[in-house]
Amino acid sequence: MTETRAEATTETSRPLLSLRGVNKSFGAVHVLKDVNLDAWAGQVTALVGDNGAGKSTLIKGIAGIYAFDSGTVEFDGAEVHLHNPKQANGLGIEVVYQDLALCDNLDVVQNMFLGRELKQNIVLNESTMESQASETLTGLSVRTLKSVRMKVSSLSGGQRQTVAIARAVLWNSKLVILDEPTAALGVAQTEQVLALVRRLADNGLAVILISHNMNDVFQVADNIAALYLGRMAAQVPAKDVRHSQVVELITAGRSGDIGLSPEAAREEVA
Amino acid sequence: MTATVPATPEALEAEGSVSGAVQGYVGRLRGGDMGALPAILGFVVLVVLFSIMRPNSFPTLLNAANLLNQSAAVIFIAMGLVFVLLLGEIDLSAGYTSGTSAAVLAVLMTQHGVAWPIAVVACLLTGIVIGTTIGLLVSMLGIPSFVVTLAAFLGLQGVLLLVIGEGGTIRIANDTILAIMNKNVPPLWGWVMFVIVVGGYAALTLSNLARRRSAGLATQAPSLVLIKIGVLAVVIALVVALLNQERAINPTIKSLKGVPIIVPFTLVFVVVLTFVLNRTGFGRHVYAVGGNAEAARRAGINVTGIKLACFMIGSTMAAIAGILFASRDNSVSPTTGGSQTLLFAVGAAVIGGTSLFGGKGRVLDAILGGLVVAVIANGLPLITQKSGIQFVVTGLVLLLAASVDAISRRRAAVAGR
Repeated sequence: MTETRAEATTETSRPLLSLRGVNKSFGAVHVLKDVNLDAWAGQVTALVGDNGAGKSTLIKGIAGIYAFDSGTVEFDGAEVHLHNPKQANGLGIEVVYQDLALCDNLDVVQNMFLGRELKQNIVLNESTMESQASETLTGLSVRTLKSVRMKVSSLSGGQRQTVAIARAVLWNSKLVILDEPTAALGVAQTEQVLALVRRLADNGLAVILISHNMNDVFQVADNIAALYLGRMAAQVPAKDVRHSQVVELITAGRSGDIGLSPEAAREEVA
Repeated sequence: MTATVPATPEALEAEGSVSGAVQGYVGRLRGGDMGALPAILGFVVLVVLFSIMRPNSFPTLLNAANLLNQSAAVIFIAMGLVFVLLLGEIDLSAGYTSGTSAAVLAVLMTQHGVAWPIAVVACLLTGIVIGTTIGLLVSMLGIPSFVVTLAAFLGLQGVLLLVIGEGGTIRIANDTILAIMNKNVPPLWGWVMFVIVVGGYAALTLSNLARRRSAGLATQAPSLVLIKIGVLAVVIALVVALLNQERAINPTIKSLKGVPIIVPFTLVFVVVLTFVLNRTGFGRHVYAVGGNAEAARRAGINVTGIKLACFMIGSTMAAIAGILFASRDNSVSPTTGGSQTLLFAVGAAVIGGTSLFGGKGRVLDAILGGLVVAVIANGLPLITQKSGIQFVVTGLVLLLAASVDAISRRRAAVAGR
């Protein structure tokens, strides 16, 4: 499966999102150290790393929740300064957090438009919202939802993930960041969600996928970025690395001739 | 995966047949979503029970009209409480908010000779100020609403005494204020109201059906919509016809017929508040905050503002209830809005189907539940004079309603709904 997608990975094309030398500290703790990261439109970039490697901090920086201390962020060819989530949304960056942030007591359409309801004067425009929600779900080839008027409380874990992802792409977004979308799911539902993640990229979106599961990563990712104790160990095309190499990058910061220099990797441990 | 998705009630309903709708409804009941069923069943059972036990005093037209007046103030407090309960919060001070607001109204009109419209505005402002204070303390400082409103419950009891002063009871003599609870609509106007309500409901549901059809969306079965309109028409026609009968004990002294004014007065509020909750962005956000406040916050909803607004609506509705108390009792006393008022109001909302856990409830619940509570409050004294028994029974009914709420919530969790 990875081979068939290899041609798409042309590292020469300009990335949609490009982070260079990004730093972030919380008090005395230096969480992100000169991190570089690229994400291309039409590709899934897997962001891997051990607990505490800085994945969440990096994502929250891109989402505008924390501002980076230093470094440059380029989005769509222009340098941007991300200070708040609204601004990131405005650029077309959407994040699907692990807890999904759905309201159980509302239905699929209501959740997808939550906080951004369509209105005619002051009245909610239900039929347009319902049509658009259906269109988006159809566009993502989602067939697991019987009705867009089902309450979220009656949906399975995979269906909820689908709704959260569909909500993220509803707004002409360009970059979708998914935080552990398969962590709480069974085998069949994981397959379903991974297929959806792949479809997002095939529809031309840039996707950043955080995952602990190497099978998931190799199944859908075009390239893999491994964080090691706050440094970007390496960002490599998925076709160029093996499973075991990625595990070494995550746990030791280097693997053979890729990753941090031996000195840098040792320095982090010390 | 597609094949394993269970056929849900909504999915069946979406297929648009009457039998599908019935199946869907049964499925929802089994899944713990009882809706208005307990309230309607409770109302019917209680009315039948009291009618059998006291055939001469309970099922009379005079008592039926009386019941509507008795329930009105509690229903208004309950309608306001629905907004607070939807957030998963509580307002224990709503009863005394109505008492305090009524006292402001009475003191201004009776002791200072203020014209009634100004006194009414002052009364409503009292409610708004109380609601704003509670809302700010809960939403900004994050004090649990239980504690804030318990403090307000005690504090307002004191304010009520201070406003009323040494006199004890203040009489209301203004005809306009008294008319709200004591006058009836002329019989012909009762039928005009019937046409407006049924016609309005029919126009709304049918145009909605047509709009969804033209947009190519799933609709309810047209026959089901027609059945609903038909049932509504029959029920309202029956009520109007009965209330248009002469019901005075001695009609030669004073004729009593027509729908009490309080009925259309209440209907206007039901329609407006239901519109706010179901058709506006604000209403949607109220449900969202009640369902998952963190999700609402991340979706960019002003959670603090929503909470503040709901407490303000709750206390303002309580202030209106204060006007109704003043009108019904012809006076305001230190007990106005006290004793069981608040419990009745919370009970009304919960019996109607509004959840104490937040996120679920309708304005209509306050009406249905309020009528059940009123039947109990009206029927029990006809059966036993012992107020001890009346308190115990009322307490048990409230407990029963809260249990139904909690059990249906658990069932809903099990059924994954």
